[in-house]
Amino acid sequence: MYLTPEEERMMAGESGPTLQKAMEILVALGDIYEADRLIPIKSAQIAGVSYKTMGDAGLEWISDLEGKVQVPSILNPAGMDLERWQEMGISAEFAEKQQEIIEAYRNLGIGVQCTCTPYYLQSFSATYGDHLAWSESSAVSYANSVIGARTNREGGPSALCAALVGKTANYGYHLDENRIPELMISVDCELDASDYAVLGYIAGKAAGKRVPLFKMRSTPHRDQLKALGAAMAASGAVALYHVDGVTPETCRKDFEPPAEQLTIEKSQIDEVYETVSGDGITECDSAAVGCPHCSPEELEDVAAKLEGKVVDNNVWIFTSREVAVSNPKIVESIERSGAKVLCDTCMVVSPATDKFSHMAVNSGKAYAYLPGMCKVAATIANIEKCMEKGGGAHSD
Amino acid sequence: MPILRNAWKKGVEPIRIKGRGISKGSADGEVLLSEDPISFLGNVDPQTGKIVDPEHCLFGKNIAGKVLVFPHGKGSTVGSYVIYQLFKNGVAPVAMVNLECEPIVAVGAIISEIPLVDGLESNPFEMLKDGMHVNVDGNEGWLETKE
Repeated sequence: MYLTPEEERMMAGESGPTLQKAMEILVALGDIYEADRLIPIKSAQIAGVSYKTMGDAGLEWISDLEGKVQVPSILNPAGMDLERWQEMGISAEFAEKQQEIIEAYRNLGIGVQCTCTPYYLQSFSATYGDHLAWSESSAVSYANSVIGARTNREGGPSALCAALVGKTANYGYHLDENRIPELMISVDCELDASDYAVLGYIAGKAAGKRVPLFKMRSTPHRDQLKALGAAMAASGAVALYHVDGVTPETCRKDFEPPAEQLTIEKSQIDEVYETVSGDGITECDSAAVGCPHCSPEELEDVAAKLEGKVVDNNVWIFTSREVAVSNPKIVESIERSGAKVLCDTCMVVSPATDKFSHMAVNSGKAYAYLPGMCKVAATIANIEKCMEKGGGAHSD
Repeated sequence: MPILRNAWKKGVEPIRIKGRGISKGSADGEVLLSEDPISFLGNVDPQTGKIVDPEHCLFGKNIAGKVLVFPHGKGSTVGSYVIYQLFKNGVAPVAMVNLECEPIVAVGAIISEIPLVDGLESNPFEMLKDGMHVNVDGNEGWLETKE
């Protein structure tokens, strides 16, 4: 891999041990993936935040680092709402460790906004063609597919190293040749709302890590594309997809239709709605929306569905702190029902979810991950049904 | 020099096998072979270095202080941090050899300063046996048998 004289000096330790290590990691990854050089990135989104997944091992490494990030950088969701953790039933011991992780990142100059939807943040825009180092799988999928920016699915340490150096290795989805669709998926029915999450759950299993090109009858909007991509990145390892006539690269490039084709039918989607993911012998005892984190429009939708209702069970709505703070009236309206709007975290990465046995979700990603990561069964449904079946919502 | 001296005593030339250096540094120790890939998160106890997954071919064995030879890493990227924890607890392997390295183990080795090479010109599973004494050099990317 070619290194500039400045990069060579960094690698030799002239800018201190942290940057030396960061360069070593970027170069090693570049060698593994046969990158030709490092390229500048516009921003980084760093995974490895929840104490539940990081443990003391991760905390120790981050605390040992010194220096400041070179590009705007923010974090993945943490294991708890950083302010309302007690309401989630988080222990004081966990909260203390979680705060230590956040502080260690803050010391490196990282914005301690913990969200899987960095593209909603005012100060964190990504546009077509930008090179990024993002880690969270749904954010990576959204950046690549919906925005047309370019990022690999960085691991936590590699995203952090990229942020510290301001560069990442030029391989994978940074290169045109790896962005070409490899599999055509035709969708043989009209879709709405959570149907896109279910479609993603099915398509991700079929696609594995290939790049699918969808042909759809209906036209998904951005929140629906977010749900589709998040599900495919969880049930499969899809980091980039195209929707013919909808996502930006299909409008700017003339892709050859892939030779391999498959069709997804309405009956397959219905089957997922009827199937409990995991060991679901009990009725739903909770509901959660916001995986990935809700946009302002999605919060409005939840508020409308809960208007004039109260919930009997735990209903958690996850969003980024910035979106919650910018929409206080919507948050207030949702919380009048007894549901909680929580920030900085989600049902998948927080240990608070473990106390439930069966959660209703509108997310294909949560549907895929809850049984394995939280030992909680999951039912997938649209928001209205989630509120009824999981939240026990009824008229006030 | 110690390598050459031993070779003279035993009348055996050390054999150097070239590969690719992934993580810098040089170390020597006893080989521990694992035919199975390793998920550091879940397969290994970070406090002791013991393999704790009953399904794993090294179940019950300890990787501490060994030259750990395995095909590649797998599983969660948190595995990189588990390697760092092993290192901080003094129970990490002294060096690692992969058939084909992937990012989890590469990152873990670099942050823990454990020499790591991959892509050796001869198959290490055919060349090496448990308990053999070898040198691993991650700077230049080679492994050398000492007996």
